[in-house]
Amino acid sequence: MKPPPFEYKDPRSLDETLAVLAENGEDGKVLAGGQSLVPLLNFRLAQPSVIIDVNRVEELSYLRRGDGKLRIGALCRQARLEQSPVAREGWGLLGDALKLVAHPQIRNRGTVGGSAAHADPAAELPVALACLDARFKARSSRGDRVLEARDFFVTHLTTALEPDELLVEVEVPPLPEGTGHAFEEYSRRHGDFALGGAAVLYTTNGDGSCTDARIALLGAADTPLRATEAEAELKGKQLTEDLAAEAARIATRDIEPTGDIHGSGSYRKRLIEAMVRRALLKAAA
Amino acid sequence: MSLRRVSIEINGQTYEREIEPRLLLSDFIRHEAGLTGTHVGCEHGVCGACTVQMDREPVRSCLMLAVQADGHSLRTVESLADPDGTLHPLQQAFHESHALQCGFCTPGFLMSIEPALADARDYDDDQIRELLAGNLCRCTGYQNIVTATADAAKRMSGAERSA
Repeated sequence: MKPPPFEYKDPRSLDETLAVLAENGEDGKVLAGGQSLVPLLNFRLAQPSVIIDVNRVEELSYLRRGDGKLRIGALCRQARLEQSPVAREGWGLLGDALKLVAHPQIRNRGTVGGSAAHADPAAELPVALACLDARFKARSSRGDRVLEARDFFVTHLTTALEPDELLVEVEVPPLPEGTGHAFEEYSRRHGDFALGGAAVLYTTNGDGSCTDARIALLGAADTPLRATEAEAELKGKQLTEDLAAEAARIATRDIEPTGDIHGSGSYRKRLIEAMVRRALLKAAA
Repeated sequence: MSLRRVSIEINGQTYEREIEPRLLLSDFIRHEAGLTGTHVGCEHGVCGACTVQMDREPVRSCLMLAVQADGHSLRTVESLADPDGTLHPLQQAFHESHALQCGFCTPGFLMSIEPALADARDYDDDQIRELLAGNLCRCTGYQNIVTATADAAKRMSGAERSA
């Protein structure tokens, strides 16, 4: 199908965008890479009266390291992040996740900020960002605020962004030395939405015992979910196959994934458990 | 609904039109520019049939508004063959390997693969399958498309000539 009619605004600067949002935010929808929004428009599942296209706001397309942190402008394309040597060197989990995001043609257009703001609990980037303790910078004509992942992702396709706010930057803190990473998921075909998955960051000291573990679950709830109890269980120990299995069991003990024609809830729960176990063993290897 | 004036370069020719902002790029290419080599399959970014190149990068033309391409440079399947009809090496390889049957998906495959071949190196089968993963074909079973792509990569990297 074709998109319904809408008013089209294409601001050229961040200031102009914020002014347009202040005026039209309630009826408007921000268009970034369009790889989720345009299908919704084509299906007419979304019928915003105003489309605010931020693709010409070039000041938001940056990707750089600053104060040791990776700073990703909201309009940075996923393909650019995937291919960035700086990101690969310090934040390999992002590359692990991005390889699983649809296909290269989609990642050429799709943006980091757009994926975060779309907040699909089956999407890889929000899970990786939650695992990395990323922070989300929102700006409006009223000012700035910075949100942690657990506050930014509210529920299915919903963030804490106010109608007049724009996500302008995702800030990823540096990882301690000796941190391994892995992103494991299962989908019927490569590039499809995954039925379940997990991101893991696993840090060890010299003798191989765990000083920090972070586990984020994909498809387990209405937002990316951190498995804090399982993370705590791993600290101070050496990872074994048995411990990985036990941590995976704890990580998924209380989740209740929604079932659909592609897999029941109980199947997905066991699938996510297996993905946590695999990701842990891979990140620790 | 207010119209917008756009200027979009496709295959070296500039098309200036007044269009509705909701017009999809795929429909601009087919109906405004009259370039019907670009096919429209699912219209929600899954099948890859509408893949074109914008500023040399493969993108789904059904997932862009034509107004977003204003001032950009596009290439479609019509740009591949020489004006005298000589096929691009990738098209020739598809032809020789029987990498198409009905041909509906073929323009999307060609436009997805072609920029990678410009790197002039050999690809192994896994890399080729990764390259093709964003395009669906319901006729060939893909094997011949993989063969054709490997063949074209060899020809374009000059391996065949130096062998």
